[in-house]
Order: sequence, then structure tokens, then C-alpha cells
Amino acid sequence: MQYLIDQFTDKIRAAAGERKPLRIRGAGTKDFYGHFTPLHLHAPGLSDVLDPTAYTGVVDYEPTELVVTTRCGTRLTDLEAELSNHRQMLAFEPPHFGPGATIGGCVAAGLSGPRRATAGAARDFVLGVRMLDGKGDDLSFGGRVMKNVAGYDVARLMTGSLGTLGLLLEISLKVLPLPAMELTLQIPLTEAEAIRRMNLWAGKPLPISATCFYGGQLMLRLSGAEPAVVAACAIIGGEEVSDAAGFWVSVREQQHPFFSTGKPLWRLSVKSTTPPLSLPGTQLIEWGGALRWLAADDEGEAVQIAVRTAARSAGGHATLFRQAGSSLAVFHPLAPGMMKITRRLKEKFDPAGILNPGRMYPEL
Amino acid sequence: MNAFELAAQLRAFLPSEAVLHEIEDVRPYECDGLSAYRQLPMVVALPRTEEEVVEIVRRCHAANVPIVARGAGTGLSGGALPHSEGLLLSLAKLKRILEIDPVARTACVQPGVRNLAISEAAAPHGLYYAPDPSSQIACTIGGNVAENSGGVHCLKYGLTVHNILHLRVVTIEGDILEIGSDGLDAPGYDLLALMSGSEGMLGIVTEVTVKLIPRPEKAQVVLAAFGDVRAAGNAVANVIAAGIIPAGMEMMDQITTRAVEEFIHAGYNLEAAAILLCESDGGAEEVAGEVRQINDIMMKSGAIDIRISRDEVERLRFWAGRKAAFPAAGRISPDYYCMDGTIPRKNLASILSGIEALSAEYGLRCMNVFHAGDGNLHPLILYDANRPGELELTEEFGARILQMCIDAGGTITGEHGVGVEKINQMCAQFKPGELEMFHAIKAAFDPSGLLNPGKAVPTLRRCAEHGAMHVHQGKEKFPELPRF
Repeated sequence: MQYLIDQFTDKIRAAAGERKPLRIRGAGTKDFYGHFTPLHLHAPGLSDVLDPTAYTGVVDYEPTELVVTTRCGTRLTDLEAELSNHRQMLAFEPPHFGPGATIGGCVAAGLSGPRRATAGAARDFVLGVRMLDGKGDDLSFGGRVMKNVAGYDVARLMTGSLGTLGLLLEISLKVLPLPAMELTLQIPLTEAEAIRRMNLWAGKPLPISATCFYGGQLMLRLSGAEPAVVAACAIIGGEEVSDAAGFWVSVREQQHPFFSTGKPLWRLSVKSTTPPLSLPGTQLIEWGGALRWLAADDEGEAVQIAVRTAARSAGGHATLFRQAGSSLAVFHPLAPGMMKITRRLKEKFDPAGILNPGRMYPEL
Repeated sequence: MNAFELAAQLRAFLPSEAVLHEIEDVRPYECDGLSAYRQLPMVVALPRTEEEVVEIVRRCHAANVPIVARGAGTGLSGGALPHSEGLLLSLAKLKRILEIDPVARTACVQPGVRNLAISEAAAPHGLYYAPDPSSQIACTIGGNVAENSGGVHCLKYGLTVHNILHLRVVTIEGDILEIGSDGLDAPGYDLLALMSGSEGMLGIVTEVTVKLIPRPEKAQVVLAAFGDVRAAGNAVANVIAAGIIPAGMEMMDQITTRAVEEFIHAGYNLEAAAILLCESDGGAEEVAGEVRQINDIMMKSGAIDIRISRDEVERLRFWAGRKAAFPAAGRISPDYYCMDGTIPRKNLASILSGIEALSAEYGLRCMNVFHAGDGNLHPLILYDANRPGELELTEEFGARILQMCIDAGGTITGEHGVGVEKINQMCAQFKPGELEMFHAIKAAFDPSGLLNPGKAVPTLRRCAEHGAMHVHQGKEKFPELPRF
């Protein structure tokens, strides 16, 4: 499949030579995420699309090593099915946001699902990458082993960089066994009490693998060995939920009714103990209190200021996750010192500034 | 700028005892845990506050003086080796625990706080900080961030990079970066990952917020002996294949068990070619179930002898032998030389037989201890530096082991870092374009190249030479620290 890499390389080099923006796009399931200026979307002469979905397949998977190496175009559903055949999983439970989602897009977006608060984020499971930088150089960082401190951790830097630093070709991920048992409890609570309990229980050795609070109900998933799950049920209380798997998929994929309002969707990543946030709109809480989704009542500047201020004072940041046509900034502004380093990194990886320009920040 | 001028500049805002430049005062800083490499720094500064760090960095930046940051100096790769014309910046006095938040399960600490001190402070809340490098009673959290330290429990609980949430970092230009957040992620590029394991090359960490996790109710260890190494390796794979992620999974070969048993009396089976220590932790019933499962797997995998710790005393005794492997090497040989390669575990048997063949070829003994769960191998080559030529042979032997690790799809360093010690092996692991990218990343943080210059990433020109790590008996610093 080297010919595909050669094609990608040629495309990047040509674009760099002409300083013509290149939009890296797999299945396009995350087109809504981040900025795309109308210029790049609607003026095909001014930008070009690099579609790596043909570079597909698992390169290496040894279940007993807990490592899988896969090409970027591999569909997430295919990879997850293959892992599941060996009773293993991507423990960060990535959202797909569409049927064709690829592992390249998954890692480039760096998004994690319900299991994140306890199992870790996408970046925590990325062990190594092979990539093309903005000069079309074929580079490999990290590796296929759990522990590796040779060189800076470029593999994790690439995770969540939205294709602005390079094209991911191959990705090695740590995988984990599927839990022996999984069940979900439902407990009616006030928002403040739900936040209090999620934090309290997270401080006990309980096998909690996901939490979601919405509409006065706390949903709490337990995963692990049977004795651990059974013992935890007795401590936590509540009612066991049927079809819990469907519920967690609906939260992960944002198909749950909360997400279907068509209103601007804000994602606030905050300290888990943050008390209920008073913001205009409805909220859904995940990650033991550390993730607050807001379906905002309107898309005005005032809401943006209120949301960013609230997130900041809660020790975190806010993302305009789904913008409903808004012209507001998507990602939380970086402090000047951070932007300085960020811009320099972008220049090093992509000197011609051609890779997904502006998708993350206008300066990049 | 000479030592007197620099010291005078620093004394303008630091108390005189916080600035050292007399040879007898700077001597204790001449090396870290890798004492084969020694260099006196020009000046040592011991700031007590972040403001002082910023001012020191500003002055050095203005005067073009290199800075080498240092925590407890327990590192094993010479990462904190001073620069002859530079400042050695000790963060040891920044040692306050700023906040333990038992509800949010975080600790905010200064970089000079010892790893174990965090867990001790969190213990009353039933919480602890998971990464437990072997030097945890002495090493500092700032150094852990710089090295991305692991420990014997990292397969299940992760490395430093998985357990930190937020850093305050002073850049060489005097900016203060807030990297990460109090939430579970942060906007922009993942600079928290870049900082982890960056060996003091990108910035000076002045504050670290770490995750605390609940202490498991119980831990129990299965000690299994095997007639051959391949069977032991397969047993590890069989445990993982059964869906178990052990809290710890360690292997030792026969030469190692015999060396440690002599003075630790851990109760190891000395006829076994290899032994495995496999630990389970969690709730009491959960552990009981998992230990039963592990026991069955070990039997089916051909264990010739299995023992299960009956109480905490016995559990610690089983571990004591493993933790004494490095000192045991020092007991049976005048010198030893420790490697830190990581390999995909399936290649263990072939790597070990490769090492055995090399051992015969070079006429040098080699003990093998192995973090089997995550593939991190520590071959300890036994040699005598007083015998002419033996050191050079040892170096060559070591370089060939690391080359085997690279060829097997692994890496030259799993946890000890590159420092000065493995800088030449970086040339074997990375292509020129990759090394150039590392230099570019450094330049993004440190355009003037003043932070820990010459470490971790070789210049392309240097990439013709080869070197390796040495620990000489009697010369190792911190001989009292366990090393595993």
C-alpha cells in the first residue's frame, strides 16, 4: 500500500509548493467539529481535499500484547468488531458521529466517550504514530510498546490536533479487555446531589465506568469482575436499567433527545466538583461531573461570554461543539504564552501552513 | 559570563545561601543517579518560589547561560548532569504540598515534593498517587514529569503522563504556561504530553496537579516458578488473554533469583529457569476470584511451583526479592551495567536466548529482570571495570541488546530516559527527519537552546558514535534506594 502513501506525499508536497490549503478529511463524520471557513468549503479552486480512507486495514494485532496497529482509513466499526472478537475494546469508548468514522479521524479529533473519566482519554491509549508532516516527510514516533520514553511524545501531541500538524498514516493503540460484567443503575437525584455523589463514589474503590445526569436522573454504569460489580450495586443503590447499552451509545453518539434540539451545543470541561452551573439552556452532565453539556438557548455573544467565563472559573474551558451556523470561536482562546508555543509548533510541523488551516484556531 | 558574575547577579535577589559556586559546595551536584558521568556546574541556584525561578531564568536567558534543572537527582540516565558553563537549577526547595482536594481527588504540589510524600499526604482520605518508580521515597514529582516515570503498577494504572492534570511551567523566555486544566482536558495541542518525559529540555515545571485514586481494599500476589523462560512468557500472555490486567507482573531469570535469594530469602524456587510475580488488587472477593483464575492459568501454563501470598507480610517478602535485584547484581559482581529496552512481549523468549548467546560470546554474565506486563526489560550485564577491555566489551554487548530491542519493534528506553547515557542509541531508533523534528519541538519552546542542552536528542553529526549506561559498585549514588 506504499503507493497510497506516495500519493499522499505527492499531494502534500504539491500543496506545500503552491501554499494551497489541504483539507484532510476521512469519512467526514466530524465535519461539524472545529472551524471550516466558507472559503475552504465552497471554493474548490482555493483548497483541496486529501482523503486517506483508502489506506485501510489492521497492520498488526496481537491481543495478548494489548496493542493494535491500524491504518488511518480503517473504519472504527471494523476495528471495534475485530477487537470485540477477542473480547477487547478501545477503552476510551470513542464517539463515531456517523457510520463511516475512521480511526484516523477518531485520533485526530481526540474525542472520548462515557468511559473516559475512569479509563482515560484517546490520548492516553495512543502509543505511536506513523505520519506525514506538512513537508510530506514520512515520520514515526512512539511505538508499539506500553512504555517508551525515547524522544518527545509526538504521538500524543498528534491526538486531538485536528489534522493541523500532519496526516496520521498508522496508529498504535493500547487496548483493554472487555469487562466481564456490566450493568447500569438509575437513581433519581437533584443536580447538586448527583454531582456530590459522583465525586464521593469516585473516591471509593468502586468499578464505576460511566456516569450521566440528566432530567433529575443519575445513570451510573458499573463494569468489572462480577463480585466487584455486585458489591458496588449494594453500596450505590438505585434501580437496574434495562437496555443500558443503547442508552450509553445514545449519549456517546449524541442521539439522546438532549442533543437533538438543534440549539448551539457547548461542551464545558471543568473540575468535577463544580457545583451546578447556572447558564441559559439545559444541561447534561458526564464524566463524574467533569463534563457539562449545554444546549444553549441562543447563539449570541452574551451566551458565549457567560459560558467561557463559567468554564474558566471552574478551572476548565469551553468548546462550541456544534455551532448551528454560528460565527463564534469554537475553541477556548489560548493564553498568549500558550499561543506563542502553539504557533511555533504548527510552523515546525507545517511550514507552508497548508494543513487544515484555521480548523482549530484562526492563527494555525 | 563567569561563575562570579553569575553568582553576583543571582545574589541580587536570592539569599546568599541559595547561590553556590565554590567547588566544595557544587560538588554534590556533579552527577545524578548515573554517577559514571560527572561534571561540576558553574553555579548552583536553589530558589524557594516560582518568582525566583522566573527571575533566575530571565537572567540566564539574557546572559545566554545554559540551565540544567534538577529534582532529587535520582535519575538513571544522566539527565540532570550539569553543564560546565551553566547553572544547575535545583527545585528541591520548592517542596510544599499546596493543596490536597480529597473530593475532586487531586493534589497540587510544588516540583520538589517527593513522589511518596504525595501518597502519604493523601492516605488519610483513602487515596494515593499511582505511579510508583522504584526510587519513590526520594525522587520528586518534578523529576517524574521530566522522565514520565512509571513503576511496577503502570500496566494497570499508567505512567506519569496518565496521572497529571495540570502544570505550571516557566519557559526560557520567562513566560508562565498553564498547561492542562482542572478538568480532564484542555484546549489546543496536548502540551501536557509533550512536557511529560521531556527531560528538562522544554521548560521548568513549578507546579504539578496530579490525580489521586482510591486505594484498593486488598492486594495479593501469585508467585509462580517455571522450568523454562518461554513457558513463563506464555503464562504472561495467557493471563492477559483471560482478560486480566494484573496490578503488577514481574519476571526474573534464574541467575537473578539465585543472586537475590542468597541475602533476601524471599523463598524463590531456585531450580526454576524463571519466576513470575503476578499481583491482583481490588475488593476482597474480586481479588480472591482473580487470584484463583491466575493460579489456574499458571498451572495450565506449566508452572512447576505456585505460591500465593497468605498475608501482607508474605506479599511484601515475595516482592522484596524482586526489588533487591539491582543490589544483588552489585553483590555478585564488581560492576553492572543496566539496560532499559522495551519489546513487544511475544519476542521475550527470542530476546532472552539472544542475550544468552551474546553472554557466551562476550564471556560476561547477564541477569534479566523484566516488567513482564508491559514488556520493559532490564538486563544487568555483570562485569569488572578493573579488567582491561571489559568495560568496552560490556558497552558493545549492551549496544547489541538495544539493537535487538529495536529490531524486535521495541525501544531503547522504557522508563529511565535518554539523558546523556542513551543519546547515541537514539540514532539507531530514529531516522534523521524524526530527530530533526525533536530539535524543532525543542526550538519551539526554547529557541535559544539553553535548557539542558546536549541531552536526550543527538545532533545528526553525533549519530556515528555509540554509548551506554554504567553503574559502578560503590560509586552509585543513592545505593540505599531500591532499583527495579
